[in-house]
Amino acid sequence: MTGRILVAGASMAGLRAAEQLRAAGWTGALTLVGDEPHMPYNRPPLSKEVLAGQAPFDSLAFRPRASVHDAQWLLGRTAVAARLAERTVVLDDGSVLAYDGLVVATGMRPRRLTCPGPRAGRHTVRTLDDARGLREALTRPGARVVVVGAGFIGCEVAATAVGLGAGEVTVVDPLPLPMIGPLGELLGRALLRRHEERGVRFALGTGVAGFTGEDRVTGVELSDGRVLRADVVVESVGSVANTEWLDGNGLDLTDGVRTDELLRAGGRPEVVAVGDVARFPNARYDGVPRRVEHWSIPGDTAKHAARALVAHLHGTRDEPAPFAPLPTFWSDQHDFRLQSFGAPALGRDDVRVLDGDPDGDVLVGYHTGDRLVGVVALGGQAAVMGAARYRNQLLKQPALTA
Amino acid sequence: MKVVVDMNKCQDHGQCVFAAPDVFSMDDAGRLLYVADPDDALRDDVEEAADVCPLQAIRIED
Ligand SMILES: Cc1cc2nc3c(=O)[nH]c(=O)nc-3n(C[C@H](O)[C@H](O)[C@H](O)COP(=O)(O)OP(=O)(O)OC[C@H]3O[C@@H](n4cnc5c(N)ncnc54)[C@H](O)[C@@H]3O)c2cc1C
Ligand code: SF4
Repeated sequence: MTGRILVAGASMAGLRAAEQLRAAGWTGALTLVGDEPHMPYNRPPLSKEVLAGQAPFDSLAFRPRASVHDAQWLLGRTAVAARLAERTVVLDDGSVLAYDGLVVATGMRPRRLTCPGPRAGRHTVRTLDDARGLREALTRPGARVVVVGAGFIGCEVAATAVGLGAGEVTVVDPLPLPMIGPLGELLGRALLRRHEERGVRFALGTGVAGFTGEDRVTGVELSDGRVLRADVVVESVGSVANTEWLDGNGLDLTDGVRTDELLRAGGRPEVVAVGDVARFPNARYDGVPRRVEHWSIPGDTAKHAARALVAHLHGTRDEPAPFAPLPTFWSDQHDFRLQSFGAPALGRDDVRVLDGDPDGDVLVGYHTGDRLVGVVALGGQAAVMGAARYRNQLLKQPALTA
Repeated sequence: MKVVVDMNKCQDHGQCVFAAPDVFSMDDAGRLLYVADPDDALRDDVEEAADVCPLQAIRIED
């Protein structure tokens, strides 16, 4: 097979897409373009083991499959524009790459706070270089740390900072409980208590109005008027999709690249989106297109998109069935783990304890119309294994819309 | 084929068990057990297991 598939974004989803294109029978050329200088690496440890210094930075690299050893890697290069009608992508050095198939895998970048104050001393955690810089700041003796945003990454960083012996760690969020958006109140309360018992402080129900300091941050001004002293600020307030380079092609780019059930964008069979950046309908649920920022999604989307793309390029009709992944998520904080299967956020209004109790290891079920749509375990290994027992039940259920 | 799991990295996530139940399993205490020389017919499953391991602890050495 001749021709070229271009993969824009050379991280987990880009790598998995390249590997799955080979697995689906693509023997033509493969080019990956990535703006980071690194080969694909694993991000979850950046807020956990690697930030804590329990694992070295060089342990993060993925081992690409032998099938992609002949791929061309253009690293440190950014895709700045695409002309989908002409099937070309323009890079930052002015070069124009022609393709037969295009995989969009450009992921997300951290959202930044825009309130007034100095920038130095304020960190985000998305890349290896981010985590290196943050680790250096957190390991300065007695560092006072303010984490803005009580989502998963913010809570992981707060836990790691306490573990590193930071002087003071406070998490700020306008919502009343940590991780309440994805997990609901019951686990939000249990998580708040666990974090407080392990030395994390919280300023909840208040936002950030600004930062104090001249050249670098010395404190965080809250919207309720309080000022928290800070040497290190971590902003973990969500992320923004890297889609600007696709502007002007008539794609729906509101919150990621909107795709159909085969992960194709803009009705173009030669353009697919994978990973965090893809906003896809999940046939398992209500068919509403959503982005899912879970580690399991790059692999799931890559497999499906690769099959659809190769079927199109080979002119065969063996397109895969509509995409229906079971979302899977974990998070490690302090000495406990959260393990989630399914879509708890869809069943947040009907939360039941399936096993254990919120003060210890607990397994929680999320329901819609009396039907289980997600389970989350909080605690040690036994709780996590409990959640795994419900995974089959979730997998076997018919689609929500059916 | 030969499978090696770096047990220093493995944190007993159990994702590999879902992907390749004939090769990976959990003991009663939730610790990983695995077959080090599975049949080549299981290669696809084992590759999938290596992909989904959050710690990237699984290596396939032909
Ligand atoms: C700190 C952290 C901790 C996490 N922890 C967990 C966890 O515990 N559990 C879990 O399930 N998930 C976790 N995740 C989420 C998981 O890591 C992501 O879902 C996954 O990394 C998404 O991969 P991706 O390849 O789609 O996107 P990304 O990893 O964002 O990759 C996109 C790549 O494209 C590059 N790029 C962007 N624009 C361009 C352009 N124009 N041209 C060229 N290249 C470009 C980017 O620089 C990047 O390298 C975590 C994420 C982070 C950041
Ligand atoms: S998926 Fe990885 S971490 Fe989990 S049990 Fe298997 S080898 Fe260990």
